[in-house]
Amino acid sequence: MNENALTINDLKKTYKSGTVALQGVSLTIPKGDFFALLGPNGAGKTTIIGIVTGLVNKSSGTVEVFGHDIEKDTEKAKTFIGVVGQEINFNPFERPLSIIVNQAGYYGIPRNIAVPRAEQLLKDLGLYEKRNQRAMELSGGMKRRLMIARALIHEPQFLILDEPTAGVDVELRRSMWEYLKTLTAKGVTILLTTHYLEEAEQLCKHVAIINKGAIVAKGTMEEILALHDDTAESDGYRAGKLEEVFIKLTKE
Amino acid sequence: MPIEKIWISFYTILRKDIVRVFRIWPQTFLPSVVTSVLYFLVFGTIIGTRLGDFNGVSYIHFIIPGLVMLAVVTNAFTNTASTFFQAKFFSRNIDELLVSPTPPWVIIAGYVAGGMVRGILVGILVLLVSVFFAFPPILHPFIIFLFLILSSMIFALGGLVNGIYAKSFDGITIIPTFVLTPLIYLGGVFYSVASLPPLFKEFTLINPIFYLVNGFRYGFLGFSDVSVGLSIGVLLALTVILIAINWYLIKTGLGLKQ
Repeated sequence: MNENALTINDLKKTYKSGTVALQGVSLTIPKGDFFALLGPNGAGKTTIIGIVTGLVNKSSGTVEVFGHDIEKDTEKAKTFIGVVGQEINFNPFERPLSIIVNQAGYYGIPRNIAVPRAEQLLKDLGLYEKRNQRAMELSGGMKRRLMIARALIHEPQFLILDEPTAGVDVELRRSMWEYLKTLTAKGVTILLTTHYLEEAEQLCKHVAIINKGAIVAKGTMEEILALHDDTAESDGYRAGKLEEVFIKLTKE
Repeated sequence: MPIEKIWISFYTILRKDIVRVFRIWPQTFLPSVVTSVLYFLVFGTIIGTRLGDFNGVSYIHFIIPGLVMLAVVTNAFTNTASTFFQAKFFSRNIDELLVSPTPPWVIIAGYVAGGMVRGILVGILVLLVSVFFAFPPILHPFIIFLFLILSSMIFALGGLVNGIYAKSFDGITIIPTFVLTPLIYLGGVFYSVASLPPLFKEFTLINPIFYLVNGFRYGFLGFSDVSVGLSIGVLLALTVILIAINWYLIKTGLGLKQ
């Protein structure tokens, strides 16, 4: 199997409205990595994720998941990916257990395997007691965890998390990160976008910073943090190192 | 995707839809049954008895196949159009399928099968209700079965095109109201095309519902305004065209992806 979980070459996307979302992005994520894709709102992070997962059509460029081209070998490439989108996207009238078991079905996993696996995921993510409640009755944090459980039901080797902790309280965020760390320990590659930069700083091995559809910096976390100018004068508010670098690279 | 996985994926889409259809049965099964009772009562029993025979059968016998077909096609269409549109527009849970390795043709097959199941079940219910008014003869059961399958499939496919392409809630109500309903009422459910002036007769011949109703009526009563072979040919051609349109829309993501 390819040593890279994700290989993106010269990826471009222009929406019908004329908005240029990506202007030639190239990126590789090594297998087993915990990778942060950071950028301000509208930088192109969600567009990249949309293209990789098959929810957005690219204008040009190539994307490979574990060596499988997403256009030529779509079905194979998709079997590796689990995705937690930015927006809640399950049927609110369905029950958590059915949502996850149905998702397993779309990957060809029979119910006799899917049900116990889904129950275990619900236990791991603290949702087991809510498994037969309507999804609309879950709290915001529970909905996020349900989306993580759904993304993991087919045991993907590449998990994509698009701002999974947006609107989630501190305690819950910490428990989610702990859970995700156990996944990387098992060899799952994680691509994360988040606005909580201090968490990305602690969790991720590699980082790419995107601004206006172009990668402005990429490398190991140490390499990115090394861009920090310790002698620079503060304007009164002192943020974390990654945040300072981020602001320096993405400001107008 | 191996064939057993494809089957599981298809079964999952279909099962989910059937569970939904039965869960909300007052919305999915009852309306057509109630409407049909009113049609049987007003057009069949009250007005129909004054109209005399049509090709040797009473008016109520003449309209039963058309009314069953009306229930089948509207339910098959509405089911796929509304289910797909809701998944695409309101909860956006269509993403669950789009990110999965399920091939486009399996998505089409799953949704269409769901629409067919609802259409056929409602059609059977309407036929059962008709027994209380007049028991229709069944001369060619195979033809009835064939037209039931073809009609539910064509309109489930049509509903899917509508559901994929609709950009607002109006988009899935406009087609049934302004296209489907006139086609149904002008498709020979309540009259024989032989009784129409020549110009209207020509218009009727380009209405697909005309072929459905007549083929289906032939299965019950043994006569039709048009040859059954031609009806089957027209319907098969429509099926192929609609499958191709659906496949193209889902494969390219037109109306689904940005």
